Amino acid sequence: MTSTATTIPHAAPPYSGPRAFVQRLRHGDEIAHLITLTFAAGILLITSLLVWELWQTSYLSRTKFGWHFFWTQTWDPIFDNFGALPFIYGTLVTSVVALVIAVPLGLASAIFLSELAPRKTSDAVSFLIDLLAAVPSVIYGLLGIFVVVPLMRSWLGPLLINTLGKLPGIGKLFAGPNYGVGFFTAGIVLAIMVVPFIISVSREVLLTVPREQREAALALGATRWESTWKVVVPWARTGIMGSIFLALARALGETMAVTMVIGNDPKISASLLRPGYTIAAVIANEFTEATGDLYLSALIELGLVLFLMTFILNGLARILIVATERGGGRPA
Amino acid sequence: MASATQGKNPAAGRIATEVRMTEPTPTGSEKDSPLRFKISNLDVFYGPKQAVFGLNLNIPTNKITALIGPSGCGKSTFLRTLNRMNETIRNTRVQGEILLDQQDIHGIDVVGLRRRVGMVFQRPNPFPKSIYENVAYGLRVNGFKGRLDDLVEKSLRRAALWEEVKDYLKKSAFALSGGQQQRLCIARALAVDPEVLLLDEPCSALDPVTTAKIEELMFQLKDSCTMAIVTHNMQQAARASDFTAFMLDGKLIEHSETSKLFTTPTDPRTEAYITGRFG
Amino acid sequence: MNRALLIWRKSLNVFMLTLTGVAALSVVSVLFLILGYLIWHGGTSLSWNFFTQLPKPVGETGGGMANAIVGSLKLLLLAAVIGLPVGLMAGVYLAEFGGQTFSFVIRYTTDLLNGVPSIVIGIFAYSIVVLPVKHFSTLAGGFALGMMVIPITVRSTEEFLRAIPGTLREGAMALGASKWKTIATVVLPAASGGILTGMLLALARVAGETAPLLFTAFSNRYWSPGWSQPIASLPVMIYTYAIAPYDDWHRQAWAAGLVLLALVLLANLGCRLALNRGGNVRSV
Repeated sequence: MTSTATTIPHAAPPYSGPRAFVQRLRHGDEIAHLITLTFAAGILLITSLLVWELWQTSYLSRTKFGWHFFWTQTWDPIFDNFGALPFIYGTLVTSVVALVIAVPLGLASAIFLSELAPRKTSDAVSFLIDLLAAVPSVIYGLLGIFVVVPLMRSWLGPLLINTLGKLPGIGKLFAGPNYGVGFFTAGIVLAIMVVPFIISVSREVLLTVPREQREAALALGATRWESTWKVVVPWARTGIMGSIFLALARALGETMAVTMVIGNDPKISASLLRPGYTIAAVIANEFTEATGDLYLSALIELGLVLFLMTFILNGLARILIVATERGGGRPA
Repeated sequence: MASATQGKNPAAGRIATEVRMTEPTPTGSEKDSPLRFKISNLDVFYGPKQAVFGLNLNIPTNKITALIGPSGCGKSTFLRTLNRMNETIRNTRVQGEILLDQQDIHGIDVVGLRRRVGMVFQRPNPFPKSIYENVAYGLRVNGFKGRLDDLVEKSLRRAALWEEVKDYLKKSAFALSGGQQQRLCIARALAVDPEVLLLDEPCSALDPVTTAKIEELMFQLKDSCTMAIVTHNMQQAARASDFTAFMLDGKLIEHSETSKLFTTPTDPRTEAYITGRFG
Repeated sequence: MNRALLIWRKSLNVFMLTLTGVAALSVVSVLFLILGYLIWHGGTSLSWNFFTQLPKPVGETGGGMANAIVGSLKLLLLAAVIGLPVGLMAGVYLAEFGGQTFSFVIRYTTDLLNGVPSIVIGIFAYSIVVLPVKHFSTLAGGFALGMMVIPITVRSTEEFLRAIPGTLREGAMALGASKWKTIATVVLPAASGGILTGMLLALARVAGETAPLLFTAFSNRYWSPGWSQPIASLPVMIYTYAIAPYDDWHRQAWAAGLVLLALVLLANLGCRLALNRGGNVRSV
């Protein structure tokens, strides 16, 4: 350790060549560089290994079903016939429902927190909402089962059937029978889970919109709402979109809370009040029960599909958020 | 070679370091050399952009040399080449020869160089540690094992800070005022007993009273320490230094004894600068 | 201007702005709802038995989750041992040593790993640790959680290291400290507060994870000695008990939920408050 500090220049002749002394000098530094680099490269290794393992262990299923996997509706462990469609459908539908509920709620809250609330209140509330984001999924599931499901069964479900269910077209979405579990319930629970992300990111993005933009609108006689909705929000548009993408990615991969309230029925149905299934839920439920290599392989292939979906979405989300931070908004 | 075995024998190294610590000036013919630093044909590049052009300068031993010039003239860049701190920035390139006591500084161990050539920065940058630990840091890092307390006190005295902090050595460095922090940084730099102290606009963030204290400090240190100070403040250069070098656009325009440069400058550009016509 | 239009615009203004306030209020009340429910249902079910007893067979009351509490701690320990050093070192690399392109690749990969759904991490751990030996184990569960700890730790470590001003590094190097010494004796200590809270937050996050444990650590109704047997954990127990048809188990699920939430929220609260005092808080 003291080797670098002990050279007495006037006593030592010039070193032979730069390489010798560079090595000695950097002795400690190069090792440190190498060690930290190894760990960093380890992350690369782990992630590649993850993708590789997913690919390899889903081999049986991929080779047997090929592309048909994506549009086969059957999920039949007994006859070893597996298709991903009900789960892709369920994953997408629950996520869309979640977004339909969460985006207006989240955006409105973010607007309130960034534009209207006094700074201290806004910071305190944001803090609380960030805490909400830290609540484990299984706890949302608990509340889902014991609070939301009975609510759906006894009150909200019948209400939807009797109001929206009577309308032409979208009425099909709210047809009975209603057991309390299903796509819509899962959507509600998911919405509660992703709303904190939308609020958090959107609020940050809205706060970066320059004062001059708001002031320009107000100076032209716009109301507070008009200036917010027509000037500030469009300016932060790409960042808000990014937050929505992030929330969607989160919703797609969400397992426990959904598993507990979706009803576990691998069927595609028009009505949101019917039970369904998502990719994450079927893996969670059936992985340890999977008899046979093909069964397991099919489940893993579903995992691969889920991975790809979230990978693409996360990538898009980050591009969008970075684009807003740099560009500062596009012309409305 | 003595140096080769030192790397493998830490005990020898420690003894050598301790010997080093108590003999501030190197033995040998270099001790009496009037020129601590001899810089020849120095070019410094930041990537493709050249910041210093063909600089030739001598920095005399145990004297204070001031570097003046308008913003961006390359004086700080040049100063940082003297302890190879420029190497901490990516894409910098240095050409030419810098000799410290007749030795090319690019041929010796940079860590050892930086112990011999200390630096004080523009803004005080004490470590988030106690006052004692700040001063002791250089000693610890260079492997000095011995009675740190005495050396810490000695450095704080040399920096004219001892009386003010002697009862508070365990307190955080950030509890000190700006001027005290800068003197702490000077004490920290002095603790490893450097032959040269480089000061990069050390008083620019300080009030006049503290500035005066630091100038007085420099005057007292002169006998044991060669100093080179970059300053924006011409009055300071005129007051505190023995030699002054004036730089402009990366080139050395004039270098002579301070009194001579400020009263009878030979180059018209020097005269224009010191009379305030620009910069 | 048209008077009616003005009135309309003004009413719309008040209406919409109020709506936003209502939205924010609803979201916050959900948090309090969760807490309230858990405290009510969980608090009444908490008992000494809960903390000290093993699960009892169905039908018998008085069972507890002692093994799950210990199990979660064991899994967290493994996750810390596996994930924290990797995260720290990689974070140091990115902040102090990294070259341009390689750093970009590492950061991108880290973000990618962060975005992988936790159940897929479970599949990964399954194929690496469970499949070769054909049984569930604590090690597999700890491995899965460790994988999740890594990206969170890398990000927060890098961020806090970058926040240390360059002049501090320069001060150390000018005194003759080599780069690694500067990092070890000045930069890391200065950033240690933030880095440690980042690590704690990462652990708090994985403490609540269920999905990656479902087919790695699996579960266990008894104590699990050593590291190569299946092990119970709080989140998995909550899940198992919640979907079962027994009231007693439901009560225990609420109690476990309260304990888990209390731990997670306290850790988060503590960390964020500590960070707030020192600077800005990053959402993990």
